[in-house]
Amino acid sequence: MTVTARQVEIGVFAVLLGAMLVLGFAAARWRRPPSLHSLEEWGVGGRAFGNWVTWFLLGGSMYTAYTYIAVPALVYGVGAAGFFAVPFAIMTAPLAYLISTRTWSVSHAHGFVTSAEFTRARFGSRGLAALVAVTGIVATMPYIAVQLVALQAVMKTLGVTGEWPLTVAVLVASFCTFRSGLRAPALLSIAKDVLLLWLVLAIVLLVAMSGGWSAAFRGSGERFTADVSPASGLLLPEGGWLGYLTLVLGSALAIFAYPHALTGILAARDRATVQRNAAALPVYCLALGLVAMLGFFAIGQGVRPVGGDLNTVVPQLFHEVFPAWCAGIAYAAVGVAALIPAAVMSIAAANLFTRSIYREYLRPGASPREEARVSRWVSLLAKFGALVFILLLDPQFSIEFQLIGGVIVLQTVPAVVLGLWTNWFHRWALATGLLGGLATGLFLLYLVPQRAPDGRIVKAHFGGSNLPLAQLGLDSRSAVYTGLIALAVNLAIVVAATLLLRALRVPAGVDATHPADYYADATTTGTTAPRHSDTLLDGPSRPRVGAHAAR
Amino acid sequence: MPELGVRAQRRGWRWLLLIPILAPLPVGLYNRLEPQLWGVPFFYWYQIGCAVLAMAVTTLVHRLTRAGR
Repeated sequence: MTVTARQVEIGVFAVLLGAMLVLGFAAARWRRPPSLHSLEEWGVGGRAFGNWVTWFLLGGSMYTAYTYIAVPALVYGVGAAGFFAVPFAIMTAPLAYLISTRTWSVSHAHGFVTSAEFTRARFGSRGLAALVAVTGIVATMPYIAVQLVALQAVMKTLGVTGEWPLTVAVLVASFCTFRSGLRAPALLSIAKDVLLLWLVLAIVLLVAMSGGWSAAFRGSGERFTADVSPASGLLLPEGGWLGYLTLVLGSALAIFAYPHALTGILAARDRATVQRNAAALPVYCLALGLVAMLGFFAIGQGVRPVGGDLNTVVPQLFHEVFPAWCAGIAYAAVGVAALIPAAVMSIAAANLFTRSIYREYLRPGASPREEARVSRWVSLLAKFGALVFILLLDPQFSIEFQLIGGVIVLQTVPAVVLGLWTNWFHRWALATGLLGGLATGLFLLYLVPQRAPDGRIVKAHFGGSNLPLAQLGLDSRSAVYTGLIALAVNLAIVVAATLLLRALRVPAGVDATHPADYYADATTTGTTAPRHSDTLLDGPSRPRVGAHAAR
Repeated sequence: MPELGVRAQRRGWRWLLLIPILAPLPVGLYNRLEPQLWGVPFFYWYQIGCAVLAMAVTTLVHRLTRAGR
C-alpha cells in the first residue's frame, strides 16, 4: 500500500496536534500552585510568568492563526493594503511599554484580572464596568469564531471535510483550558513557536530556492496591473493612504481594549517583565511580515485558493511547494496557533463575566473557588458558542462579526486606556459615550458596501471596515476606518457629557485607585525578582505583596 | 525627595518611544517601490524595518529608565 502525500500531511498534522493537546492537559501540573481553584491561578496563571513565558504567551495570543491565514490572503487579494497588519502590530509594542505597564501595576495592586474591574474602581460605577465587560465579551466571541475558521481552512485544504474533526479539536482544547486555565495556552505557545520557527526557516529557504522575492513581486506586479480593480497593487493607490493610516491606528488602539491581550500582560510576574516584553514582541512582527509577503509569493507560484475561499491560499501554498511532511508541520503550527488564542480569549471573556457580572450582580461575595468554577464553565460555553456559530452559519458571517468586533471594542478605549491617566471623565459620560460610539460604529459599518474588483457593488451593507468618504457626501476618493470615527464621536460625547454632568453637580464616582498604584511593582523592597536566571520552566519566586499577597 | 526627581528625569527618556510609534505613520513617504532590498519593494521592507527600530528604541528606553535601580 502506498502512502500519498496528502496522507503524510494529514498524519503529521494529526500527530503533532494530538501531542500538543496532551501537553495542554499536562499543563495543569506545570509549576503547580497549591491550588488551581481561584481566578488568580486559573485566570491569570498566578501572575507568575517570567520574561520568556510571557513573551511566548503574548505572541501566541495576539498573533493568531487568523492573522497568519487572513493577512497573506488579503495581500494575495489586494496587495499593499493588506499589509496594514504589520505596521499595526509594530506600533502596539512601544505603546504597550507606556500603556500596559500602568495596567499591570494598577491590576497588581488591586487584584484585577480584567479591565472592566479597573473601570469599576477608577470611576466608581459597577454599571459602567458591566457595560465594558459586555462590550468586551461581545467583541471577543466572533474573534474566537474566526480562529476556528482558520483551523477549518487548514482542514479544508487537507481535504478533511465534515464537522466532526473541528468539533473534536475544539472539544479537546476546551477541556484543556477547563482543566489547566491560562497555563495550557502558555505552555502550548512555547511548543507552537518551535513549529513556527521551523515554518519561518522553511519559508526563507523556499523563497530563496524559487527565484527569491524579486520573482514573486514581479509576478504579482503583473497580475495587479492586469486586473481591473483600482484598489489593488504593489503600492497603495492614490487616496488609499488615509484608509491605511486610520486602520493601522485604530487597530493598534483596539489591541489595548481587547480582553485577551490584557490577560497575557496580567500574567506577567513584574513590571520589568512587561517592559522587556514590549521591547521583544516586534520579533513576531518580523515573522508576520514574512508570512504576509507569502501572499505575493503565492501569486508568483500561481496558487489558486480551494473552492474560491481566499483563506485557503496559504495552506494551499504549503501543500504545493513544501514536501508533505513539512507541510504537515506547517499545518500543525497554524492549527495550534488557532487553538491558543481561542483558549486565551475564552478565558478572558469568562473572567469578564465572573468578575464584573456574576460577582457584582448575581452572587456578591462569591468565594475564589466559586469564581474559578464559574469562569471554567463560562470559558467552555464561550468556545462551544463560537463553534456552533461557525458550524451553523456561513463562515463569512464570523469574519464580518469580527470586523464589527474591532469597531465595538475600540469604544471602551476612553474608559479602559485613557482612564489609566485620568479620572476626570464622569462615569455616566463614559457610559453614554460608549453607547454613542457603538451606535455610530454600527451605523457607519452598515453604510459600507462591498465592491467587486470592477467596482460593482456585491453587497450593500457591512462590506468592510473602511468607510469611503464619498459615502458621507464628501468629494474624496479616500476612506476612513469606521472604528476611529466612532471613537472620535465617543470621545466628543464623553467630554461634553462630563462638562454637563459636572455643571449639574451630578455626583461622580469615587476613585478607589491611588496615583502610586500605577507604578506598583511586585516587590517593594527594591530587590527585584531574579532577572537573568529566568529559565523557561523553573518555578518563579512569588513575592507576597499586592495581588500576590491575596492568596 | 531627590530620588523621585531622578526617577522623573529618567522617565523623560520615554519620549524616545515616539520614534517607533510615529515611524509607520507617514504613509505617503514610504509608499514607493524603490529602493528595493533583496527584490522587496521599499514599502514592505521599510515597514518590517520599523519592527527592528521598535525593538532597538524600546530596549534602549528600558535600559535608560531602569539604570541604577
